[in-house]
Amino acid sequence: MKSIKTWILVGFASLLLVACGQGGGGAGSKKSKTLDNTKKAGFVKCGVSQGLPGFSNADASGNWSGIDVDVCRAVAAAVLGDADKVKYTPLSAKERFTALTSGEIDVLARNTTWTLSRDADIGLTFVGVNFYDGQGFMVRKNSGINSVNDFKNGISACTNTGTTTELNMRDFFNSKNIKYEPIAFEKADEVVQAYDAGRCDTYTTDKSGLAAQRTKMSNPDEHKVLPETISKEPLGPVVRQGDAVWEDIVRWSLNTMIEAEEYGVNSSNASSLKDSDNPAIKRLVGAEGELGAAFGLDNDWSLRIIEQVGNYGESYKKHIADTGILPNRGPNQLWTKGGILYVPPAR
Amino acid sequence: MNLKKLNIENKKVRDLIPQAITILALLSVIIYFATNAQINMGNRGISFGFGFLNQEASFDITFSMIEYDGSHSYGRAFLVGLLNTILVSVIGIFFATIAGVIVGVSRLSENYLIAKVAEWYVEIFRNIPLILQIFFWYFAALRALPLPENGISFNDISFLTIKGWYVPKFIWTNFNIFLLSIIAAIIAIYFIKSYATKQREQFGKQLPTISLSILTLILLPLISFLFFGVSLNFEYPVLKQLSPTVYTYAGGVSIIPELIALALALSMYTATFIAENVRAGILGVNKGQKEAAASIGLTKNQILKLVVMPQALRIIIPPTTNQYLNLTKNSSLAAAIAYPDIVLVFAGTALMQTGRAIEIISITMLTYLTLSISISIFMNWYNKKMAIKEK
Repeated sequence: MKSIKTWILVGFASLLLVACGQGGGGAGSKKSKTLDNTKKAGFVKCGVSQGLPGFSNADASGNWSGIDVDVCRAVAAAVLGDADKVKYTPLSAKERFTALTSGEIDVLARNTTWTLSRDADIGLTFVGVNFYDGQGFMVRKNSGINSVNDFKNGISACTNTGTTTELNMRDFFNSKNIKYEPIAFEKADEVVQAYDAGRCDTYTTDKSGLAAQRTKMSNPDEHKVLPETISKEPLGPVVRQGDAVWEDIVRWSLNTMIEAEEYGVNSSNASSLKDSDNPAIKRLVGAEGELGAAFGLDNDWSLRIIEQVGNYGESYKKHIADTGILPNRGPNQLWTKGGILYVPPAR
Repeated sequence: MNLKKLNIENKKVRDLIPQAITILALLSVIIYFATNAQINMGNRGISFGFGFLNQEASFDITFSMIEYDGSHSYGRAFLVGLLNTILVSVIGIFFATIAGVIVGVSRLSENYLIAKVAEWYVEIFRNIPLILQIFFWYFAALRALPLPENGISFNDISFLTIKGWYVPKFIWTNFNIFLLSIIAAIIAIYFIKSYATKQREQFGKQLPTISLSILTLILLPLISFLFFGVSLNFEYPVLKQLSPTVYTYAGGVSIIPELIALALALSMYTATFIAENVRAGILGVNKGQKEAAASIGLTKNQILKLVVMPQALRIIIPPTTNQYLNLTKNSSLAAAIAYPDIVLVFAGTALMQTGRAIEIISITMLTYLTLSISISIFMNWYNKKMAIKEK
């Protein structure tokens, strides 16, 4: 059996070999191989989507922006002192996990749903949630379908392959006892084209994705998103398993952005709050405590995140709300304002 | 043992040394890669194994020739993908061969228009990348085809729409008896052929073998219908309304547009190469052969069947085998237009759901290897059958 395995491994070993130069990382100690390598390289290697407005999208001159991109920028600001020192690798849904486990990237911020099997099974660790999403359906306005309860046997549904969407879709239609025709494409652009042409009656994916893709239709006003949400899609950044320090850095870079919003610290007022009366704020801007030392960073790491990237609210407003994708924050509002964004305290 | 034989000056020994070094180097490279992969996977906490094949797949597939839904296993999903790959390859090879032979013969036609049309066809379709042709047929066809409520009707029993080509479903009673009658007909044809050969070789008589064979192939199944209770009914597709403006067809069988577009693109593309092989084969037969055949009084059909084709086939078969292999491998482009072949279903969805990249890609590669080798073995057998037999 072992020899069979060995032979089968042969074909792929070369692929891994190319990528394995980056090494894993020592768990337990304060040493982080990924951190050392990142400092040596001078940039954070970040995996993003191939273009999803609001999350990670490149403009005409190749500058990336979006709330996923801001996670990468926060890590770069914390670790390297400059939020622009990020190397972005656009990845398809299929490539993303392999790219991370093989070391081609060190952070995956690509609207990826946190699930048990992904977290536990394939050598990955999810560090938090930067967007609470849920799967929905888009239909033509003139179809007379106003709710998922109007779906009938024989409906055809287009979606992307290789995402949790495909699984949720089956769970949903099975629970409603509806026979449906699933058509799964590899790229989002082809799903949009096929749905737009009339190949399928409904297009299903995360609601944020539906809102973003609707803008690509030949006539966006002819389509609408149904009110129901059929799944939980907590999207968040992912790191490789086995480098606890790096994992903590990415987790707390994200948490810092959310906590900064909670305490009203933003990119314009952060440095002036160094002599605030509130110790929580003082810790956030590096005026109290030695929090950075826990991951081998200086004490201004969180101040740099807030100054260079901004807090979560600023990031959301700039990329998601002001672009018209989802003006209403919904669950992605702070817990103090009726949402479910709640992060452990930085102390 | 003779010591002289092991001496470096012995040519045989000398020749062995570079071979041994090459094999050793190759082996060490393989072992290095394999252990490296194992160590790296171990470091990253990735396990290796094929147990996932028995787990529930929990995703559905558009189109399947065997019973499948998400409650079946990943192994079953693999089988669905494999069968779909084989289906589109077989359809593609069938139509590519027919189109290839027609175009190849047309290029040699004395009719200027036919020859030029065939030439332009070859030059256009073999010089455009296949993936673009697939997209063209899929999205062009999708945009051109009507919605179900305005479907193109063929005598009200079959409908071509953007959602697929709906055809009547065959409902058989006593299908196995019908199948037996076909098998019996094939056996009968075999005996007719050997009888005809005997007649020709012993008495010089020519029997109308082809007409007799066709007659048998019609007669025996007809008898099964008339006397053995075989019957065939059709279930016709019927338009069904799902909402004020959404329609589909219920009943019948739907041939999905993805399959049509992919089979069309694959066969149109591969036909150009086969056409060139056919042309080369026919031109490769010496003119003297035809003249000699004519001189001993063979008819035009006999010349083609008995003299030209057997020799042309020897030239045509080997490069055409390559084209069959190419077509089968090219069918992996299916993923681009959502045709659920093995790459989309198994190396796509299943890979992403399980994250077992190494295992799944290995299985997929081995599968294509097996498919290709099977085609090669069959074509080599056919080639040998057609080769010159020294008597």
